[in-house]
Amino acid sequence: MSAAAAQANAKSRSARAKKVRQFITPEGVDLELRIASSGLRFGALLVDLILIVLALFLFSLVMLWIGFASQSDITMVVWMLGAFLLRTFWFIGFELGSRAATPGKRLMGIRVVARDGGRLTADAVVARNLIRELELFLPLMMLGFGAAEDMVSGWTMAAGVLWSLTLSLFLLFNRDRMRMGDLIAGTWVVMAQRVKLDADIATGTAGDAMTFSEAELAVYGIFELQELERVLRGRDARAMREVADTIRAKIGRPVAEEDDVFLLSYYRQLKARLERKLLFGKRREDKYASD
Amino acid sequence: MIPAAAPTRALDAPSFSTGRFRAEREADWIAFDLLLTKLEKKGVKALTSDELLQLPLLYRATLSSLSIARATSLDKALLDHLEALSIRGYFLVYGVRETRWSRIRRFFLYDWPAAVRSVWKETIIISLIILLGASTSYSLVASNPEWYYNFVGEDMAGGRDPRATAEYLQSTLGHGKAANEGESGLHVFATYLFTHNSRVSILSFALGFAFGVPTMMLEYYQGIGLGAMMALFSAKGLGFDFGGWLFIHGTTELFAAALSGAAGLRIGAAVVFPGARSRLQAAAEAGRTAGKVMIGVILMLFMAGLLEGFGRQLITDTMLRYGIGTLMLLFWIAYYYIPRREDVT
Repeated sequence: MSAAAAQANAKSRSARAKKVRQFITPEGVDLELRIASSGLRFGALLVDLILIVLALFLFSLVMLWIGFASQSDITMVVWMLGAFLLRTFWFIGFELGSRAATPGKRLMGIRVVARDGGRLTADAVVARNLIRELELFLPLMMLGFGAAEDMVSGWTMAAGVLWSLTLSLFLLFNRDRMRMGDLIAGTWVVMAQRVKLDADIATGTAGDAMTFSEAELAVYGIFELQELERVLRGRDARAMREVADTIRAKIGRPVAEEDDVFLLSYYRQLKARLERKLLFGKRREDKYASD
Repeated sequence: MIPAAAPTRALDAPSFSTGRFRAEREADWIAFDLLLTKLEKKGVKALTSDELLQLPLLYRATLSSLSIARATSLDKALLDHLEALSIRGYFLVYGVRETRWSRIRRFFLYDWPAAVRSVWKETIIISLIILLGASTSYSLVASNPEWYYNFVGEDMAGGRDPRATAEYLQSTLGHGKAANEGESGLHVFATYLFTHNSRVSILSFALGFAFGVPTMMLEYYQGIGLGAMMALFSAKGLGFDFGGWLFIHGTTELFAAALSGAAGLRIGAAVVFPGARSRLQAAAEAGRTAGKVMIGVILMLFMAGLLEGFGRQLITDTMLRYGIGTLMLLFWIAYYYIPRREDVT
């Protein structure tokens, strides 16, 4: 059973590693960018589309109001130009900014970067977003075209829609989650969320209440340590009770202390032990790895 | 093996500890974070010269912290924070190296014409395809006017078909009574033409990645519509007038259409014949050139829309129309193809 669990662990780790792309800065540090998932991309697109429609709606209302007030058809021109600009340059304008992300992408914590590690140029942004026009509207056009032409049979229409959908869903079929536009512009969309610096829970005096023996600490590896860290930072009493009981059962300790004191002490000493090993070049990924 | 018998304290304060590492460096990370936030919100101009000098120092300090933390620390929150901070810092420090104004200036002076120059082969091919389409339909319609209905749809023709009288056709060219009818709607018309043409051009560019075939088909169809119209008008002895009607904006618009097709074809060609580069890399390079061309195409179409909406409706003299059309063509050719010193910056 433990062999199966070890295998599952290794599998999830390699799946995570598959999303990481080497990205070496001129200083020689690998930033290890992570490719954004298709779900996040879709969510970002949806948010952007909703915002565009909202903006268009407000803009139309304002233009209608001005048009009625002034009785001039110049507002019609402003409306048409404005709608065109909004549609075409919403994505381009935002992605040219310093954060290289539309509001939807910002919300999802992702951004566009150049695949070759250089800076993101305006032409790349333009190319990737003009292709978007096609990816979004070709399936719709196929549907409309098929419906308008009577002679086109249902099957031909379905084939057309299917063909255009393979273009639109191109990002599902490659490892790097590249849209057609990304492919042509030489870009990637990667994770860029902000992470707050949380307090260091390994310092302070509260965690020295108990001491664990070497054998008691030797049962866990890095994966378990970081899970424990997550539980400690989450401060959920029930989760802490559960984890504390599991550890107590594993190392054979009676329930004697408060859960948080116990866990904090254990975390601190386990971390110190594993980090010391790390300094000597020994990285124990999880409890299944040899100590 | 370490003897398990003696329960030594696991935490006997070594001279290097990750706690101490963090305590020593944390101030730098916080300062870098604040600086980046300020840079993102207010731009480079808001930073004092002191802060500007600090920026690369703090950036390098953070990167070095990241390297050390990866090798020594197991604190997930710390690692995640440093990674996110470094990524954010990298893209801001190495991101934009010139001001918006100098980027725009460079685009108009060098990048745009250079990109158009570099797709000259594709431009010639697409122009020939448009001409081929035009001559095909011209010869067909000239020999048998019935062909016209196959080439030009009912809604697009708007009554301009072989059954129409010469007087009616004359009036659609802006001579005679129809000329003064809808003058107030001119700007609406111009705007409509501009947005419509832009979308068609974007489509013909975007379809390029399918080996350029749909792009060529789209351009061929454009030529077909043109040739059929031309045959229709010249059959009624209005060829010269129709030429002027078309020429005033057509030189700009057709040039832009050819360029958008060329941009699409460039991508298709790069995918099919990548040469020594990998296919992905070839597509990316072609995509960037094509992107520059496409910004130019949209600007050209904007001008064509102005010429079509205002110029053509207000100027009814055929010779003057030819003159303006020729002038525009010469202007574009000179702007794109007259050699100039390379941009060195």
